[in-house]
Amino acid sequence: MLREITIGQYYPVDSAVHRLDPRTKLFGTLVFIISLFVADNIWAYALATLWLAFVIRLTKVPFSFMVRGLKAVLFLLLISVSFNLFLTEGRVLVQIWIFRITWEGLRTAVFMAVRLIYLVLGSTIMTLTTTPNELTDGLEKSLGFLEKLHVPVHEISMMMSIALRFIPILVEETDKIMKAQMARGADFDSGNLIQKAKAMVPLLVPLFISAFRRATDLAMAMEARCYRGGDGRTKMKPLHYAGRDRAAYGLELLYLAGMIGIRCLL
Amino acid sequence: MSIRVEHLHYIYGEGTAFSQYALKDVNFTIEQGEFVGLIGHTGSGKSTLIQHLNGLLKPTKGTVYYNDEDIFGDGYDRKSLRSKVGLVFQYPEYQLFEVDVFTDVCFGPKNLGLDKDEIERRARKALELVGLDESFYRQSPFELSGGQKRRAAIAGVLAMEPEVLILDEPTAGLDPKGRDEILGTISALHRERGMTIILVSHSMEDMARYAQRLIVMNHGEKIFDDVPKEVFKHYKELEKIGLAAPQITYVVHELREHGVKIADDLTTVEEARDGILEAYANLQKH
Amino acid sequence: MGIIKASKLIFDYIRRDEEDNIEEVNRAIDDMDVDIKKGDFVAILGHNGSGKSTFAKQINGILLPTEGTVWISGMDTQDSSHIWDIRKTAGMVFQNPDNQIIGNIVEEDVGFGPENLGVPTEEIWKRVDESLEAVGMTAYRLKSPNKLSGGQKQRVAIAGVMAMRPQCIVLDEPTAMLDPNGRKDVIRTVRALNRREGITVLLITHYMEEVVHADRVIVMDDGKIVMDGTPREIFSQVDRLKAYRLDVPQVTELAYELRKAGMDLPEGILTRKELMDNLLPLLGCGSQERKDENHVDQS
Repeated sequence: MLREITIGQYYPVDSAVHRLDPRTKLFGTLVFIISLFVADNIWAYALATLWLAFVIRLTKVPFSFMVRGLKAVLFLLLISVSFNLFLTEGRVLVQIWIFRITWEGLRTAVFMAVRLIYLVLGSTIMTLTTTPNELTDGLEKSLGFLEKLHVPVHEISMMMSIALRFIPILVEETDKIMKAQMARGADFDSGNLIQKAKAMVPLLVPLFISAFRRATDLAMAMEARCYRGGDGRTKMKPLHYAGRDRAAYGLELLYLAGMIGIRCLL
Repeated sequence: MSIRVEHLHYIYGEGTAFSQYALKDVNFTIEQGEFVGLIGHTGSGKSTLIQHLNGLLKPTKGTVYYNDEDIFGDGYDRKSLRSKVGLVFQYPEYQLFEVDVFTDVCFGPKNLGLDKDEIERRARKALELVGLDESFYRQSPFELSGGQKRRAAIAGVLAMEPEVLILDEPTAGLDPKGRDEILGTISALHRERGMTIILVSHSMEDMARYAQRLIVMNHGEKIFDDVPKEVFKHYKELEKIGLAAPQITYVVHELREHGVKIADDLTTVEEARDGILEAYANLQKH
Repeated sequence: MGIIKASKLIFDYIRRDEEDNIEEVNRAIDDMDVDIKKGDFVAILGHNGSGKSTFAKQINGILLPTEGTVWISGMDTQDSSHIWDIRKTAGMVFQNPDNQIIGNIVEEDVGFGPENLGVPTEEIWKRVDESLEAVGMTAYRLKSPNKLSGGQKQRVAIAGVMAMRPQCIVLDEPTAMLDPNGRKDVIRTVRALNRREGITVLLITHYMEEVVHADRVIVMDDGKIVMDGTPREIFSQVDRLKAYRLDVPQVTELAYELRKAGMDLPEGILTRKELMDNLLPLLGCGSQERKDENHVDQS
């Protein structure tokens, strides 16, 4: 199941979007999310669709791969659509027993669904075209101004990057411990909720202990390699804006202006 | 007791772009009381193979029989199979979780639904077999030394009183004395209790010393299955697949190449010593 | 004074209860004196709990002496103003390959040390290139560490240390979790660094085959140095090593057994080649026309 989630996965191809500075992409994602909340009519959604289609084309990531990420939010999508569909008051369109679908409900449900799908696709584009390291570097640099407010931006981004490195290791370890306990007769599948929760103890205790041991080891290894926080640190891969980033910023702003324009004019 | 594997295939990540053969048409039978060594370089399929023997992995194709019963047949009780085919994973101390050693060792038998007296009897027995006396019972497993932790974890599997014990590199990361202690325990279980042992190891020296039969895996296929002495005669082929023979084998073969009259199947220090001394004595006579 | 020097070194692990009272004192290093020459390949042997890992952690100031002094290249490890210079001078490689790689991409991990030292970007790239080349991992530079074998991960860790341009590398059981091929790779890499780049190597291990080529072998037991000499001197004392819960290479043991049985072999034979050179004449064969001579040592 973990394998089906495409959010957070990098798709290694060389495209115009891949080559952009992560900050440009972060800004673009932010602009897109804002634009979705600005949109309130069909023309705005049409523009958003065009923009999204344009960017997806640019990424060279197969569309089928991208929509796989939607599976993870399908449940959420169904719930919000049905809430809007059945619980909005207004002009009645269809009535089946106690369920009543109104014209307004249908409209909100459709817009809601589109908005949610676009939101997921938009952020998926970001993660599919940006390596985790670029992403954390981008966040660290874009949020650098927060350092002045004593937000430990460097530490947070270092933590994110380490977490990304250790997630696959811990997933594998979970599998190993689970099998080892199953070999001792443990049963993780049957029983009621409480029994199932209790059955997790032989898995979670070793997993936590192992995670702590790894953390201690890693801290020692980092210290041994002279890590002492963000001060005075240089970068092997510093972020640099290129011409294409300026062009992308321009396009992103133009798109946002267009969306706001549609809202104000129509 | 017998384990029989027929036309066993296993494919990792079937149906995805990353699917990969882990096992390819593996066949063998292991009988009661054998001490089988399983070797192969990392990624040769050994670990995948042993997880099939107690039903933790389901074959993509082929069948695993325990006492002539298909362990993936309808209604087969795989949970009770796991108590008969005990599997000790690599670094088994990572599975310890209870407040003290004794309670941890009780975990296995408790899962079998035995009564309290029987659970405790088995735990005591298992701890005795691995050489941990009563002073360890109430200690936290996390405060033991590396070798002691390892032995406590092995006791956790032994307490289920399995008929077959499979161990995946039980000596990894231990110091020489710790290695000898664990191997001594395993060898005693085999010798004195007639337990069937399947041992995965990278140490050819240990294999030469303990195993009665050696199964060699390469790229998911079984390529040798014979007594160690015979297998090690193929040391050149073993090298080609990233393995080696015991150091002694090389010494013996080099001596033979120079015309020394010595048997070609000596694999341990003691055997080589006796062989060389005999050749030396014969030479003195002439 | 050598590159690493310890004088009257004592280290206690102290366990305290909740009220900060001392509950248990465990002496891991007990009055140790040692002086290690620059450029040497030194192996430290000892069973688990003999104090060898604790000593390794003293060398780059992860642990500080309870009593006595440790100097690295003349710098006292207790002088906190030198701590980063000390860590840069004496790099460290640990046992578990997974728990010491920080980067999500091989080359970024190798760059981690220089980044911390504030090395300019261009220079970082140069060092990363050189270090990956030195351990033979250039082809894997863009891979995720999770996709590498244990031996490859350890070589990345060594490259990460090399990129800090150390004079000395301390390896704390770097091969304990590896398979035989991984072990060979790592040891070959470390030997090459020692010979080609003149890096002082301190290798902690309990695989006896790995120390045969060392310049010097130190055996620790109970926090003390109990044997100190060339591999030949050390391995000629088979019984003593066994008393310290250690092993000897099989070839050495065979030679020892044959000698005990009355054959005229020298003490402390370490490699198959040495054994053959001495054994063949006794068995009535010349030691000439021997082939594949180099093959022996590693197997």
